[in-house]
Amino acid sequence: MSTDHLQVKRGSRASFVATIIGLIVLAVLIAAPLWAGRADMRLMGELFLYLSLACLWNLMAGYAGLVSVGQQAYVGFGGYMLFALTIFAGVHPVVAVLGAGVLAALIAVPVAALVFRLRGAYFAIGTWVVAEVFRLSFAQVSSLGGGSGTSLPVSIVKSMTSGRQAREWLSYWLALGLAVAVIAAVFLFLRSRRGLALSAIRDNELAAASLGINIWRTKFVVYVVTAALTAMVGALIFLQKLRISPDAAFSVNDWTAFVIFIVVIGGIGSLEGPIIGTLVFFALRETLSDMGTIYLIALGLVAIIIMLKAPQGLWGIVRKRWDLQLFPLGYRVQQSATPDNHQQLHDK
Amino acid sequence: MVSEALRLENLNKAFGAVTVADQLSYGLKTGEALGIIGPNGAGKTTMFDLITGTQRADSGRVLFDGRDVTRTGAAERCRAGMARSFQVPQPFAGLTVFENAMVAATQAANMRGTAAERHCLQILEQTQLLNKANVQAGGLTLLERKRLELTRALCARPKLLLLDEIAGGLTEAECVSLIDTIKNIHQSGVSIIWIEHVVHALLAVVDRLVVINFGAKIAEGNPTDTMQLPEVQEIYLGIAVDA
Ligand SMILES: Nc1ncnc2c1ncn2[C@@H]1O[C@H](COP(=O)(O)OP(=O)(O)OP(=O)(O)O)[C@@H](O)[C@H]1O
Ligand SMILES: [Mg+2]
Repeated sequence: MSTDHLQVKRGSRASFVATIIGLIVLAVLIAAPLWAGRADMRLMGELFLYLSLACLWNLMAGYAGLVSVGQQAYVGFGGYMLFALTIFAGVHPVVAVLGAGVLAALIAVPVAALVFRLRGAYFAIGTWVVAEVFRLSFAQVSSLGGGSGTSLPVSIVKSMTSGRQAREWLSYWLALGLAVAVIAAVFLFLRSRRGLALSAIRDNELAAASLGINIWRTKFVVYVVTAALTAMVGALIFLQKLRISPDAAFSVNDWTAFVIFIVVIGGIGSLEGPIIGTLVFFALRETLSDMGTIYLIALGLVAIIIMLKAPQGLWGIVRKRWDLQLFPLGYRVQQSATPDNHQQLHDK
Repeated sequence: MVSEALRLENLNKAFGAVTVADQLSYGLKTGEALGIIGPNGAGKTTMFDLITGTQRADSGRVLFDGRDVTRTGAAERCRAGMARSFQVPQPFAGLTVFENAMVAATQAANMRGTAAERHCLQILEQTQLLNKANVQAGGLTLLERKRLELTRALCARPKLLLLDEIAGGLTEAECVSLIDTIKNIHQSGVSIIWIEHVVHALLAVVDRLVVINFGAKIAEGNPTDTMQLPEVQEIYLGIAVDA
C-alpha cells in the first residue's frame, strides 16, 4: 500500500460556503450607508472595533497563552497617539491611525522584554500595572489636557471630510476595514507555518519546544503585532468619539473586561469564537442595557454559566457537535478526488 | 576516529535529595542503536530530558555531533537533529493527528508545502495512524497517543532518535510491526537510543545496551552478554515483576 491515493486539502465544504456567505455579508456591510440609519451605523462601527479587539486578545490569550488584562494600555496609547500626531505634527487623521500602530509596536518591544519575565498570574498583573503606568503618564501631559482630557480640534475634524455625514461614513468604513484586516491578518498568520507553530504552543509548550519551536520568539512577535493592531483600533475608537481622557482611554472595563467576556463566551482559541462572542455581546447589550446594573449581572451570569457548562465557549459546542471549521485553517486528508469520490477519511 | 552522534560527560542531576543522574557518561557512534534498561525511577526519562534540553544538568556536558550543546535550548537541539518521543504522551490535543505530524515536519525538519505533507502521510502509514489522520489528537486512546509520539519524532527527520517506552501494551503482532519500523529507521542510518521495558523488542534492534540504576550506569556492552550479568539479572527480574 502507498499513500498516492491520498491528498491533503486545507478547506472543506463548510469553509467554502462560509467564505461565500462572508463575502456577501461584507458587500452588504460596505453598502450600509444605503440601507442603515446613523444610529445603526454608529453601533455597527463600534461592533467592528470590539470584534477587532476580541480577535486580537484571542490571538494572545487563546493561542500564545499570553493572558493580558492590560490591553487597554495599547487602546489608550493608540487614541492618544492619534491626538498627538494630528494636533502637534499636523498629520492627517487616517495616516495618524497607521502611525499609532507603528509607535505602539516600538513601545511594545521594551514592554514585552519586561512583562515576559513574569509567568501566569504575575504576567496578567504585570500587564495591568503597565496599563496603569501608561494612564498615569498620559495624565501628566498637560498639552493633551492632563487628567481631564481634551477634544480633537474642530479644524482637524473638518479637515478630514467635507461634512458630518461623510465623516461618519468614513469612520464606519475605517472600522469595518480594520476589522476585516485584523481577521484576515490573524487568519493568514494562523494558516502559515508560523501559525501552526503557534497552535502547537497553545496546546502543549513542552512538546512544541521539543519539536524545534522557539516559544519565546513566537510569543514576542505575537505580543508586538497585537499591540500595534490594538493601538490602531484604539486610534479609531477615539476618532469616533472625538474626545479623549486618561480614564476613558485606559479603561480596563471597556477595553479588556468586555473583550475577555466576548472571547470566553464565543470560544477561546478559535477564530470563529470572537465573532460569535461579539454578536452575542452586542445582542445582550442592546436588549438589556436599559436595565442598568441588571445588565452587568446578566453578563456575569452568562459568562459563569458558559465557563462552567462549555469551557470552549459557544463555538466549542458547535465545533464538537458538527466538526465544523468555517475558517479553513486545518488540514484534511482525503481520498484523491475522482469526480464522484469526495469522501473524507473516516475512522472505523 | 569514528564520528560520534552523542556523548554524555559526567552528567549529574538531582531533584532535592533524589539523585537521577550520577556521573553519567557514555557515547553513541553515528548510526548506532543503543538500548537503555533500568528499573522504574532509575532516571532514564530524566536522561532524555538532559539530552534534549528539556532540563538542564547540574553539571557535566552533552555533545551532539561533536558540538557542545549543554547550554543550548530544547528547540535549537531539535533543529540540530534530535527528536524524542515522550513516555507520557504530549499531543497537541486541539490539532488533528495529521496536523501534529505537520508540526514536526515543518518546524523540526523545516520542510514545506507538498513535500512536508507527503512525508507526513508516509510516516503515518508506517506507524499505522493513517486512518486517524483527521481525528483530533485529544480524542485518541493511550496507545494511539503513544503511536503519535513515534509519528511526530519520525516526521522530524532526526539524525538522533530518542524513544521512551513505546512498546508497552502492544499485541504481539503490533510489537513485531513496531520492531520492523525501528529496524528500518536504524538501517536508513539514523542513530537511536531506545528506553524500553519490553526487553525482547529492544534486543531485536539494538547494537549495544546500557543499564542504569539510581542515575548511574552500572553496565554497558553487547546486549546478550550484558543481559547475563548477575547485577542486571537482578534488576531485570525486578522489571519483569513491575511490567
Ligand atoms: N520534575 C521532577 N521533579 C522532581 N522529581 C522528579 C522530576 N522528574 C522525575 N522525578 C523523579 O526522578 C526519578 C527518576 O525519574 P525518571 O522519570 O527519570 O525515571 P525513569 O527511569 O524514566 O522511570 P520509569 O521507568 O518509571 O519511566 C523518579 O524518582 C521521579 O519521581
Ligand atoms: Mg521513564
